Amino acid sequence: MTADAGLYRTVALIRGFERRAVELVRAGVVPGGIHPCTGQEAVAAGTCAALRPDDLIASTHRGHGHVLAKGADPARMMAELAGREAGLNRGRGGSMHAADFALGVLGANAMVGAAVPIAAGAAWALRRAGSDRVAVAYFGDGAVSQGVVLEAFNLAALWRAPVVLVCENNGFATSTRTADAVAGSVLGRAAAFGIPALAVDGTDPRAVLAATAEAVARARAGGGPTLLECAVYRFDAHHTWEHAARPGYRSPEEEAAGRARDPLEVQGARIPAAVRAAIDAELDELLDAAVEFARAAPHPDPASALAYLYATEVG
Amino acid sequence: MPKLSYLKALNRALGDEMARDGSVCVFGEDVRVAVSYVTAGLVRRFGPERVLDTPISEQAFTSFATGAALAGVRPLVEFQIPSLLFLAFEQIANQAHKLSLMSGGRLRVPVTYLLPGSGSRESWAGQHSDHPYGLFAHVGVKTVVPATPTDAYGLLLSALRDDDPVVVFAPSGALGVREDVDFAALGPVPLGLGRVHRAGTDVTVVAVGHLVHEALAVAEELAGRVSVEVFDPRTLHPLDRAGLAASLRRTGRLVVLDDSNRSCGFAAEVLATAAEGPRLRAAPRRVTRPEGAVLPFAPALDRACQPGRAQLLAAIGEVTGVLVGEVTGVPGEGGGT
Repeated sequence: MTADAGLYRTVALIRGFERRAVELVRAGVVPGGIHPCTGQEAVAAGTCAALRPDDLIASTHRGHGHVLAKGADPARMMAELAGREAGLNRGRGGSMHAADFALGVLGANAMVGAAVPIAAGAAWALRRAGSDRVAVAYFGDGAVSQGVVLEAFNLAALWRAPVVLVCENNGFATSTRTADAVAGSVLGRAAAFGIPALAVDGTDPRAVLAATAEAVARARAGGGPTLLECAVYRFDAHHTWEHAARPGYRSPEEEAAGRARDPLEVQGARIPAAVRAAIDAELDELLDAAVEFARAAPHPDPASALAYLYATEVG
Repeated sequence: MPKLSYLKALNRALGDEMARDGSVCVFGEDVRVAVSYVTAGLVRRFGPERVLDTPISEQAFTSFATGAALAGVRPLVEFQIPSLLFLAFEQIANQAHKLSLMSGGRLRVPVTYLLPGSGSRESWAGQHSDHPYGLFAHVGVKTVVPATPTDAYGLLLSALRDDDPVVVFAPSGALGVREDVDFAALGPVPLGLGRVHRAGTDVTVVAVGHLVHEALAVAEELAGRVSVEVFDPRTLHPLDRAGLAASLRRTGRLVVLDDSNRSCGFAAEVLATAAEGPRLRAAPRRVTRPEGAVLPFAPALDRACQPGRAQLLAAIGEVTGVLVGEVTGVPGEGGGT
C-alpha cells in the first residue's frame, strides 16, 4: 500500500469505526456515550504514520482516532466501548480511556491536558534509558490554558524530553470558542518556553505527517519538544449526549464550511478510485465484524468490579 | 547498639534502594541540597540524572513521574509541604491511582510520594500544617504513616518496591525520634500490616505516626492502673482490619488518637470498623483535631487544635471507667474528644 493509501485507510478506519460506535450508542450497546473525532482524523493518521511501533502516545477523551491509528484492534476497541471483558481494557476503561499499552498507548485521558506531563515524563525516561524512542502528547485547544500543560511545556523544554506536543485545535472547548478562552495564541505558548512550534493544516494527513516527521526527527536527535498546532474542525457534537438540537454555538453556515474540508475527501482524492473502493470494502467488512464481536462479547462478572484496582495486592 | 533517627532512616532506606535498584530516581524541589535531609548525599552517590531538582510546578512533576514510571523508572517524589498534596491531588488520586483499573490491569504506576514533615510544625500556620493522610486512604491510594525509625526504613523500602502509587507521610512530630537498631536487621516492613507496640488488656489505643509515641507515654503513665494496648496500623490503606479486630477482642475497649480532622477522618473509620465487629464493652472515643479545623498561627492556638495526652487520658478514663485525670506530669493540651 502506498503512503497515501495508508493515510486514507487510517482516516477511513477511524471514520467508519466512529460511525458504527455512534450507532451502538443509539442502540444502547455502548453505554455512557462517546466523543467522536469526526473531521479530526487526519491528525491521528498523520502523526502516527510518522512514528515507529515502539514510540509512545498519550491521548485524550476524544482519543479513538489516536489509538486506532497506533494500531489498536478495532474489534477489541469496540468491545471496550461496549464495556465487555474482551475489550482492550477489559471493559474497565470505556470510550474515554480506551487504550492499548502493548502498542505504546499510555492511556486515553479524560482530564483536559492531563496527558501532556505523562507523555513528557515517559519521553524523558526513554531518553534516560539511552533509547531514541519518542512520545506524542495529544491535547485540545481547551488544554492550552491548563496550568499543568504549561508547567509540562517548561519541564519538557528544560530537560529536552523527546516529546511531540500535538494540539488539535478544533476551535471549541465543548462550546466555548478558542478566541473567548485563549489569550495570546497557542503557538505563543510554545514560544514562551523556547519550544519550536508550527501551525499545521490538521485536515490534511500529508501535512500532518510531514510536520510530525520533522518534530520526531528533532526529538530523536536530542533536540527536545516541538509543538504542532493542528487546525481541525469537529464535524459532530462535543459528545453523543450533547443536546440533540445542538445548543447553537455554531451556525449551520459555519458547520457547512467546516465540513467542506473533509480529511476523508482530501486524502481520498489522492489515491486511485479503485484503490479507495477496495479499502472501503475491506474496512466495511472489518468494522462490521468488529461490531459483531463487540455485541457478542460477554459482559464482565460483577464480582470482579474492582479487579485490577492495584498492580500489587497487599496483605 | 547504634542510634538511628527517623529522618536518617528515611535517608538510609532511599539510599539503600537506589543502590540496589538503578531504576529508582528522585524528583522534588531542592532535593539535591536536601533541604528536608531525606535526600542528603544522594546526588553525590548517584548523580544528577537520578536526583532531579524540579521547577516549582508540582502538578507537572507529579504526572511527569507517572509518565516516567510507565516507561520503566521507579520515581520517588518528595513534597516539602503536605499541603502541596492538595495541588497534586488530581495527579495522584485521579491519574496515577486510577490507571491500573482503567487499563484493565495493563498499566502500573510505581511511584512513591514522600512527605517529610507532615502535620503541624511549630507555627507554620494555615497552609503548612495539614496532615491529609485520610484523603488518600479515602480514595484508595496506598497510604503509609510510619511511627518509628525501623518502620520508617522498612515501610519506605516497601513503598519503593511496590508497583502501585504509595504516599508515605512522615509526621514532623516523628522526624526526631531515635531508636537503638541493629542495622543488619533492618529490612522491608510489609504494607497493610499493623504493629502492637505495647500489649494490654483494658483498652486499645489506635494511633499512627508521632501519636504512637504519645500513646505509649500515656500507657506508661497509667501502668498498674489501666492496661493499655497500643496498636499502630502503620498503613491507613490498606488497613490491617484483622490486627485491629484481634486487639479489640483482647481489650473490648477502644480509643483512637488521630492527628487529622474529626469529621470523615481516619478516627471515624476506625470507630466505624470497630462498631461493625463484636460488641465493645464501652462506647469508643476518638481524640482528633476539631471538625473542619484549619491550624491557626499562634502557638497556643495551634496546640489547642492538636490531639494530645491530656485528652487521651480523659478518653481512656471515660472508656475504662477508671479515674485517670489525677495522673500528674501531663501537660495540659486542648482540642476535643
